[in-house]
Amino acid sequence: MRVRHDTKVFKLAIAALGGQGGGVLTQWLLDAAEASGFIAQATSVPGVAQRTGATLYYLEFFPRAAAEEAGGDPVLALMPQPGDVDLVVASELMEAGRAMQRGLVTRDRTTLVASTHRVFTIGEKSALGDGLADSDTVLQVARATAKRLVALDMEALALKHRSVISSVVLGALAGAGALPFSAEACEQAIRASGRALERNFAAFEAGKARAEAAAGGDAAVASPDSASLYDPVPVPRNLKAKALMERVSKEFPGTCADLLGIGVHRLVDYQNHRYAGLYLDRLRSILGLDSPARQYTLLLETARGLALWMSYEDTARVADLKTRAARFARVNAEVGAGDGRLMRIVDYLSPRVEEICGSLPAWLGSPLMRWGFTRRIVQAFTGGRKISTDRLWGYLLMRAMARTRAWRPSSLRHREEDARIREWLATLAELAPQDYELAVEMAACQQLVKGYGETFERGLSRYRAISEALPALQTGSDPASAVRELRDAALVDEEGRKFEATLARLCENRPAA
Amino acid sequence: MAERSFAKEVELLRLTAGEEFRGEGILAVTKALLQSGVAYVAGYQGAPVSHLMDVLADAGEILDELGVHFESSASEATAAATLAASINYPLRGAVTWKSTVGTNVASDALGNLASAGVKGGALVILGEDYGEGSSIMQERTHAFAMKSQLWLLDPKPRLDSIVTAVQQGFELSEASNTPVMLMLRIRACHLYGSFIASDNRRPPFTAADALEAPQRDASRIILPPYTYEQEREKTEQRWPAAVRFIRENKINELIDGPESELGIVLQGGLYNGVLRALEHLGLADAFGGSRLPLYVLNATYPLVEEEFVQFATGKRALLIVEEGQPEHIEQAAHQFLRRADLQTRVLGKGPFPMAGEYTGSVLREGIRAFIEEHSPRLLNPVVEQPLLPAAQLASAVPERPSGLCTGCPERPLFSSLKLLQKEIGPVHVSADIGCHSFASLEPFHLGASILGYGLGSAAASALHSRGDRRPVSIMGDGGFWHNGLTSGIGNAVFNEHDGVTIIVDNGYAAATGGQWVPSSEADAPRRTARLSIADAVRGVGVRWVRSLNTYDMKGTLRILREAMSTREKGPKVIVAQGECQLNRQRRIRPLLDRLRKAGKRVARKHYGVDAETCTGDHSCIRLSGCPSLTVKPNPDPLRRAPVAAVDHDCVGCGVCGEVAHAAILCPSFYHAELVDNPGAIERLMQQLRRRMIGFLQSRNQRKRALAW
Repeated sequence: MRVRHDTKVFKLAIAALGGQGGGVLTQWLLDAAEASGFIAQATSVPGVAQRTGATLYYLEFFPRAAAEEAGGDPVLALMPQPGDVDLVVASELMEAGRAMQRGLVTRDRTTLVASTHRVFTIGEKSALGDGLADSDTVLQVARATAKRLVALDMEALALKHRSVISSVVLGALAGAGALPFSAEACEQAIRASGRALERNFAAFEAGKARAEAAAGGDAAVASPDSASLYDPVPVPRNLKAKALMERVSKEFPGTCADLLGIGVHRLVDYQNHRYAGLYLDRLRSILGLDSPARQYTLLLETARGLALWMSYEDTARVADLKTRAARFARVNAEVGAGDGRLMRIVDYLSPRVEEICGSLPAWLGSPLMRWGFTRRIVQAFTGGRKISTDRLWGYLLMRAMARTRAWRPSSLRHREEDARIREWLATLAELAPQDYELAVEMAACQQLVKGYGETFERGLSRYRAISEALPALQTGSDPASAVRELRDAALVDEEGRKFEATLARLCENRPAA
Repeated sequence: MAERSFAKEVELLRLTAGEEFRGEGILAVTKALLQSGVAYVAGYQGAPVSHLMDVLADAGEILDELGVHFESSASEATAAATLAASINYPLRGAVTWKSTVGTNVASDALGNLASAGVKGGALVILGEDYGEGSSIMQERTHAFAMKSQLWLLDPKPRLDSIVTAVQQGFELSEASNTPVMLMLRIRACHLYGSFIASDNRRPPFTAADALEAPQRDASRIILPPYTYEQEREKTEQRWPAAVRFIRENKINELIDGPESELGIVLQGGLYNGVLRALEHLGLADAFGGSRLPLYVLNATYPLVEEEFVQFATGKRALLIVEEGQPEHIEQAAHQFLRRADLQTRVLGKGPFPMAGEYTGSVLREGIRAFIEEHSPRLLNPVVEQPLLPAAQLASAVPERPSGLCTGCPERPLFSSLKLLQKEIGPVHVSADIGCHSFASLEPFHLGASILGYGLGSAAASALHSRGDRRPVSIMGDGGFWHNGLTSGIGNAVFNEHDGVTIIVDNGYAAATGGQWVPSSEADAPRRTARLSIADAVRGVGVRWVRSLNTYDMKGTLRILREAMSTREKGPKVIVAQGECQLNRQRRIRPLLDRLRKAGKRVARKHYGVDAETCTGDHSCIRLSGCPSLTVKPNPDPLRRAPVAAVDHDCVGCGVCGEVAHAAILCPSFYHAELVDNPGAIERLMQQLRRRMIGFLQSRNQRKRALAW
């Protein structure tokens, strides 16, 4: 038999997430292709992948005319071959990465049309700290690997037009001119499917426009909305606040001004000017140990940690934040209220004996905590509470809690936290002269002490474990990196397996002193 | 009604002669059955054949018109046993399930059926789920064909070839009085393509006719002296008859090629892949023209020795392209050539890996290796594209395992189990097959073993001590009705087990696409549903039975504690109820939209996390793992860890709030109740509230402003 080398197969792979509607997109592409004179074939592997897992659709188009001319029936493949795909569509950034890993994207021929938004994997989300994958690497590799990259945040467009990502993807494909058939054919396919036409078309058009604009290069950067809740510290009008900010600019190096400004602002908002003043006093003692040569790393790290620690989350703070107008507005925006829709905010609080007693004056709180029977009385007030913060009574209740900030400085919790903070600062002051790096790492350990209830206890105990291990670690070769290693380990697993193991290893490795 | 409605596809089943069918492979099979005058169809859903069941379940009308009996069997064993109708009567019957798991379940009935032999054509349509994405263990159906003397068809993955295979399958079965298995790989089942349809045929003989004149033939009974007779019949009559039929009807294809000193023998199902690989090596064109002779086995068992020998004669070497292990075809080939005293080299496993799916690159590299060894001149130097990213991305791209859907009712159950372990220490969890299998992955890490569908409870049988620790077994409602009621619960009662079995009652066979099960709550046309799992369990003698709503985690935890500690002897069974959210949303969304449009009052909940109070520890995520509970960069310039956030897919199931309470997590969770078309009074009240609270808020704001 004669072998003819004139293949005109167009190969298209769709890397998607189960439940993202890849099936719908595939059907649209098939209809458009067939209407445009192609023999079209598609395969997929549903099954469990459809349940939120990574999944791949594969399509091949062959010109009907060419087949008839050759008088043959094209044999189309059911799986993509590495290095043999014309168009790769990824409806999420990491899926684009996965497709590249499989070798489906090659410099010589592959157009990569990818959405830059992230759907984080359970692994990334489960981390006790920051476990997010590095989007930039994937984008860089995409630029380097694809013949042509069209990248844009398709999810954002889908949301904007209250439609599904599939319509945006199809629009992007049409706009990028990445398909062997016209944009009209795609529109016709959507029309034929007849579902949610207006929205789908709007989304389609949006994707098309963005892709046309982005054609050639890549458009958006792959980071979700990182808009800060905190505007840069406003210029103070209150005299005491002014005084504080002047202290910042007078007494501290300019490179630290912004961060310290945020700290001061945070603490005035949290308690009062005196409290913010204390913050600066404490930082001065650290400033003395630091130097421009070291870019004030220790001061900055301490300033960040100290601001957070001094504004520890107690009942008063939480209640205060939850009752602010800005917060109501934010919730409205997030859940898409407004336009004639009523809304009601219900907050989930579950105070423990510790929180309740902690917020009481120490003279009252600590005995209540200590004695079994009084503890039991307090117990009665614990447990899950749902409070309608935007109903009058709920609001007043929350405000009442917020009001307890008045006696916060004398509260049991405050006494405890204040002691810890002093201890922490003392440690830093003691370490800095002998081992600056170590002091910086210890300053950074503050980030372990965060959250509420169990989370707080866990973090605190690991922070304590590290402080207690210090003498042992200091006899080691590189205590600074040891502490860094421990801090990272503390954020690996809840049960603390990794942390315990690391701690044991680091403490035994040291030469017997 | 399944997860997907097949109303449109059903219309495809009505196509008449000459019209073009455009659709999925498995639907083409369904159409082919009707075209072959099938009298009855049964089966058990499972990827990749679920759609066959689903579309027929929606096609009641057409089936009635044609007088075709259809049922969703209780299990694959039931489906296989259904084929008994073709032993004594000239009825064409087809059954379907996921292989090899389903074939394992069905093997008792299949073995007996194969021994008795059939009068009417009996076709077993198998969706083979072999490969990296598969959710079942990797096995070959081929071994079943060999041990039970069932014939195995493995057609080319083209709709027309598949349709022909169905037709020929029935004929082969009748010609050799043997049930025939038609195997389709998962991608072939989900293959979208087209073929020219022909008219549907009413079965010439029906169940009614059979019952009018009942037949029996003692020699079809599996008892001595007949069993040995049947064994002889298999080898002396049915086998040769099958081989004759396959040869005479040219079911296997011999494709000639100029490079006649080499040859490739391949399973029909791998045809497209092999051709593409050859094309890449410059040895084939887009239309199936190949320089190497091909022997395409559309029937992989029994093999036709004459054809094999004929193909091998005059060749230096043969390459056998056969997926999976053991390499039965390759072994047979060696035997054939030895008997024919041919010196042709036979290669298969070697150029190809013993285990794993034959993907595009595996096929290309295997064939290249074979040619390089035996006729290197055929290969023109290849320019490999550098696949640079792989290494760079290895660390950058995180795994994305499957998991429970947004708002899944099983999530709070497993969160509760996790919390229970925090209280009483780790427990042995015997997992089962179904969506709940995902609990063995992140973030739950529950489940020590999965032994098979409905066998969760049975798999804990040996782990019953008289001590106070109890094993926990999971079982889905699907698995429960499939066999768990007897193999698990009944067995536990009979043997006085003390363990805890949790039956996940979500109202559907959810993992396979939301098919009905006997305990489904909604109206199931042509089915009797709404059977109570709790009653069934009591019926087999369980005394300690509790039902719970999984979304109520407090209650769930209480009952779990009780189950683990109660003095009550015997198995403890918990029926954990909560409708599959995927199906629920499909059910209520359109409903609510209609109400909204009609101006009726509609309230819904949306959950959220306050970024200002979230400290980025993510214990909520570790306890729930809901897809819509995600993270976003921390808006607090002083903080580093990303904060939890709820995305727009939230269905308001409330689990995150429940978790926050049950685990005493943090005060960051809230839910917003959104009301469309609120009443006048409601609106008025809201305005008053807005005024008063707004006033107070602005007063506080002013105070704060004054301090800065």
